[in-house]
Amino acid sequence: MTEPVVVLENVDMIFGEGAADQVHALKKINLQIQQNDFISLIGPSGCGKSTLLRVVGDLIQPSSGDAAINGKSARQARLDQDYGIVFQAATLYDWRTVAKNVQLPLELMAFSRSERDRRTQAMLELVELTDFAAHYPWQLSGGMQQRVAIARALSFEPSILLMDEPFGALDEMTRERLNLELLNIWRKTGTTVLFVTHSITEAVFLSTRVIVMSARPGRITADIAIDLPQPRNSETRSNVRFFELETEVRDALRISEGGREAGSAPA
Amino acid sequence: MSENRQRIWAPVLILVALVILWETLVTAFNIQQFLLPKPSAILGNLAQIVVLGGSASTGESGAEPSLGNRFFVVLPAGLSPETEENLRNSRWVEFPLAGRSVSVAPGSNLTPILAASWFTLKEALGGMAMGTLAGIAVALATTRWTATREALLPFAIAANSMPIIAFAPIMNNWFGIGNPFSKMAIVSVMIFFPIMINTLRGLISVDSRSLELMRSYAASDSEILFKLRIPNALPSLFSGLKVAGALAMIGAIVGEYFGGPRIALGVFITQEAALFRFASAWAAILVACLIGITIYLVILLAERLALPWHPAFRA
Repeated sequence: MTEPVVVLENVDMIFGEGAADQVHALKKINLQIQQNDFISLIGPSGCGKSTLLRVVGDLIQPSSGDAAINGKSARQARLDQDYGIVFQAATLYDWRTVAKNVQLPLELMAFSRSERDRRTQAMLELVELTDFAAHYPWQLSGGMQQRVAIARALSFEPSILLMDEPFGALDEMTRERLNLELLNIWRKTGTTVLFVTHSITEAVFLSTRVIVMSARPGRITADIAIDLPQPRNSETRSNVRFFELETEVRDALRISEGGREAGSAPA
Repeated sequence: MSENRQRIWAPVLILVALVILWETLVTAFNIQQFLLPKPSAILGNLAQIVVLGGSASTGESGAEPSLGNRFFVVLPAGLSPETEENLRNSRWVEFPLAGRSVSVAPGSNLTPILAASWFTLKEALGGMAMGTLAGIAVALATTRWTATREALLPFAIAANSMPIIAFAPIMNNWFGIGNPFSKMAIVSVMIFFPIMINTLRGLISVDSRSLELMRSYAASDSEILFKLRIPNALPSLFSGLKVAGALAMIGAIVGEYFGGPRIALGVFITQEAALFRFASAWAAILVACLIGITIYLVILLAERLALPWHPAFRA
């Protein structure tokens, strides 16, 4: 087996450590992610899913424990531009056209002009927005904006794609279509994905593994392999195994949530 | 299209109606000239430059006047010979222009008002340029060095609530009453704060996700500045410029009320008022208003050209 892309060892994250209102966000997180894995993080609100994603991406530093990415420190991986990040909000720059937004990381990484144009063209084809290259973000729907954000994150071929509820703000129809598109992209690019979501269906449909987290302090309570056949498509959703796995994740979530809100958990 | 037309015509109609109402009320109630002159008297004060043409002049409108007077009114052809003769005999200055004879009445206030406006406009624009550059420079510096910002901001806010125009007599002393720089200094200090505060707000109120994105690309501070902070600050810089544009003419004119050369707009207004030539003072104020509006419109146009992406300009 090749070396894992992400190795987290005993990662603890405490915000405002020592203060009376300190928040213990992550507790003893151990996680390994293999090359070409599609990992979903799921758990109750405020359980530290996004925090964990930020630790992996070196947007925050853990209070203790180690994060190694591609055999390097998370910081070195960030400086080596190993990460492509997609947030819940598309976070496009209003003053840049769609094409220019996709090019932003390529400019920063000093790609040649012709290479930038070539990749932008290819990325916009991948997310089917070629006709909108010259549009500004406000002229696009939420789903289209999010596709631009994905194109931007993939344009420099990062070895790991970090996605923080990227489709959380979209309507159900758009979300399902983008799920299929994302799987398509994942297959074509062979990138490794770490995906934060609230949706059980989305997690099961997309992932090779679903990591279930408990309420604060966030711990990993279950690690469920999703053995649905690849490639997945709209028929996957009606597969009996799909429902079994959904139920398994839902039960795992209920157990982890029960730890905090015993008796008061909603049906 | 018709909606656009309505947007233009509705205010124009209101303006015309107000001017007619003003004229009628002043006449009807016999209001004294020194209280409120009629609009016609004010406009008459500006419209005394006259072109007396050869009667059959056509096709010369494209000719560029190469003379000092930039504004002229063409009298309709077919004036009675006596009128023309009378006008010519009243000691008007005459010079040729595009094959015509141009005459300027010595009593006209347009020439002195325009000369004064030009002088005051230069003061306003000079002060605006200096204040804007200084405001942007300080905003950039305080963005770069957070400690500077926290140390300076309370002073900036305190200084912003001072009536800076009160320093005008002192500036006149420092730089010389006739020196345009004394008014430029007032203007630049007046507009420094709106520019600085607005620019600073734009530079630092950057979406935290956008910053994280830059971090994830391992972008340097200067890349973050040029690719994120400065574009993000442009809309608020323009808001600051619009405020500054209005303040600039006010600062220059009020600064001149405390003294200045005879060819300055503020001095012209105070002198005309002191000599009971109210229509002439009002005419100068009207020109000052038009200049202020023009400055605003120029900034608006620049904003549109500079920020084609801005949602405010959604087509």
